[in-house]
Amino acid sequence: MTKRFSEPDENGYYGSFGGAYIPEMLHRNVEELRTRYLDIMHEPEFQQEFQLLLKDYVGRPTPLYFAKRLSERYGWDIYLKREDLCHTGAHKINNTIGQILLAIRLGKKRIIAETGAGQHGVATATVCALKGMECVVFMGEKDIQRQAPNVARMKMLGAKVVPVTSGSRTLKDATNEAIREWINDPVDTHYIIGSVVGPHPYPDMVARFQSVISAEIRVQLKEKTGKELPDAVIACVGGGSNAAGAFYHFLDEKNVKLIAVEAAGLGVNSGSSAATTQLGTVGILHGSKSLLMQTRDGQIVEPHSISAGLDYPGIGPLHAHLFETARGIFLSATDEESLAGALELSRTEGIIPALETAHAIAVLSTLREKKVLDEEDRTLVICLSGRGDKDMNTYMEHL
Amino acid sequence: MSRLEKLFLKKNKGILNIYFTAGFPELNTVMPIMEALQSGGADIIELGMPYSDPLADGPVIQQSSQVALANGMDLDNLFLQITNMRKAISIPVILMGYMNPVLQYGFEPFCAKAAASGVDGLILPDLPAHEFETIYAPVIKKYGLDMIFLVSPETSNERVMKLDALSSGFLYAVSSSSITGSSAVYSGFDAYIDRLLSLSLKNPVLVGFGISDKAGFQKATAKTNGGIIGSAFIKALSAGKDVKAATKAFVSSILQ
Ligand SMILES: Cc1ncc(COP(=O)(O)O)c(C=O)c1O
Repeated sequence: MTKRFSEPDENGYYGSFGGAYIPEMLHRNVEELRTRYLDIMHEPEFQQEFQLLLKDYVGRPTPLYFAKRLSERYGWDIYLKREDLCHTGAHKINNTIGQILLAIRLGKKRIIAETGAGQHGVATATVCALKGMECVVFMGEKDIQRQAPNVARMKMLGAKVVPVTSGSRTLKDATNEAIREWINDPVDTHYIIGSVVGPHPYPDMVARFQSVISAEIRVQLKEKTGKELPDAVIACVGGGSNAAGAFYHFLDEKNVKLIAVEAAGLGVNSGSSAATTQLGTVGILHGSKSLLMQTRDGQIVEPHSISAGLDYPGIGPLHAHLFETARGIFLSATDEESLAGALELSRTEGIIPALETAHAIAVLSTLREKKVLDEEDRTLVICLSGRGDKDMNTYMEHL
Repeated sequence: MSRLEKLFLKKNKGILNIYFTAGFPELNTVMPIMEALQSGGADIIELGMPYSDPLADGPVIQQSSQVALANGMDLDNLFLQITNMRKAISIPVILMGYMNPVLQYGFEPFCAKAAASGVDGLILPDLPAHEFETIYAPVIKKYGLDMIFLVSPETSNERVMKLDALSSGFLYAVSSSSITGSSAVYSGFDAYIDRLLSLSLKNPVLVGFGISDKAGFQKATAKTNGGIIGSAFIKALSAGKDVKAATKAFVSSILQ
């Protein structure tokens, strides 16, 4: 049997990336998760509750929308997978619903999370309110300022938002603080990681919870077009959870191009970027071996992106493996290009995307020039990972 | 026989191991601090290799790491400073740090350089046992270094036995479920230590994390072979102007 891209080996490696590089203080927790996550996820009762919540609470399936005017502009058939229409406004809730149900079955009493854009924080605060669990969200001081509406939402939902003042004061250090908090309270607390990063089994677990995105795309595309497969799927990559979800059921379909879009910040070579595959080398961050931005001495470099959710110096091990094997096509969009992408989608389709998502839109105008697609490719699916309400201040500053 | 083995043969109670971050408070204070630790009466030196994202460390060590990095500390500089340390230092010296900088240096070149400088052992808290066994153990062995694993109150007996078997030199018992520098009192401490000691471990046990003064050191080492102090010493270094005087004063505050 040939190895499937979607599945890490028993130690959590996708090719040479993954693993569980954690201090001993977290071993019991991570081991408990590792030995139980698949069994719990496969319990019929778990599946029933998960599917029901995805349907009635999140609002799934989310539409696969044919973007007519955008398609006319570029000359392809462009479909938008509307994760922005999920409850709370982004794909993040697919994962938090799954993880809270899992945490309850592990007997946990308290939830912690990190957040960058605040979408994962809001999605975590939401499911904690839903299940009556205590919720603490770590968020960089810089992100608290640039994503203020989401901070307010988390507070409204009863979560405690802890400002992180160490290091970059963004997603990387929010993740550090969440891990430290977990070390301090390992018995009662479950850490809901918001992307396909962290020690094994997190990358696989989060990818599985997000895989509903591509499962629905397959069915919906068939219904709408009669086609089994799109020619390309495009998604932005911070840690890589919406991309992992949108790619998941196409990973082993070699004819589907998987296009991951990283944040180039002020430009890939500007010194202010978050384009990990272009700038990164192999290393260990937040519990797994992957590609990351670092100095020659192995110190993590502080990234830059206008988008808080993509302002992260690493990517999940699955994506590092897609890059390493050239199964994935990695592109990037600058701050400026993504602002233009956001404006374009708003004015051609009446959809205001999140700044993260805007990076995926922004590459449409470069696909031809970069010869990413083949002549006969027609059908593109873009994962519209989130809506732009949280980014209105930034948009207004740049309009 | 390794330096750590010799030490524990000679003395198996009240071993004092002191941690500090290389490059803190100044880039070139590594040797003066080590010399003062030795002459003050410390038994082991744990030399921290600063890292930008030290996951198991509290604010004090995080900050000292940032200062050290800002001072220009890196592994090349550290090895430059300690290359002749054995002319002055006879007590065991252990390098403590995170995997990523070590991997960038190259695991084998790192071990070779450490051994050539007279380093006795390594503590790499985010190196998993599985990867150690399958990839790194032969390299450690080749260069005659001791590898010291951590155990915590959450570590099962079976796993303590396994980590003890993988370790040499000593076993590092984290005093509670916490990051470094925590002052929270852990009520299960005595039962935890009794449990560890009931397992007839092959290695001596040193207790670390959260020990800040003489009383804490005595409590932590009542039944074990010794203790490790980090954050409290870093604080003392930050307060004092003269690192040698601050170091001597700190060590005697623990031992006297
Ligand atoms: C709308 C949206 N898209 C994408 C991301 C990036 O995360 P990931 O790469 O895990 O999908 C975020 C993260 O905050 C987000 O809010």
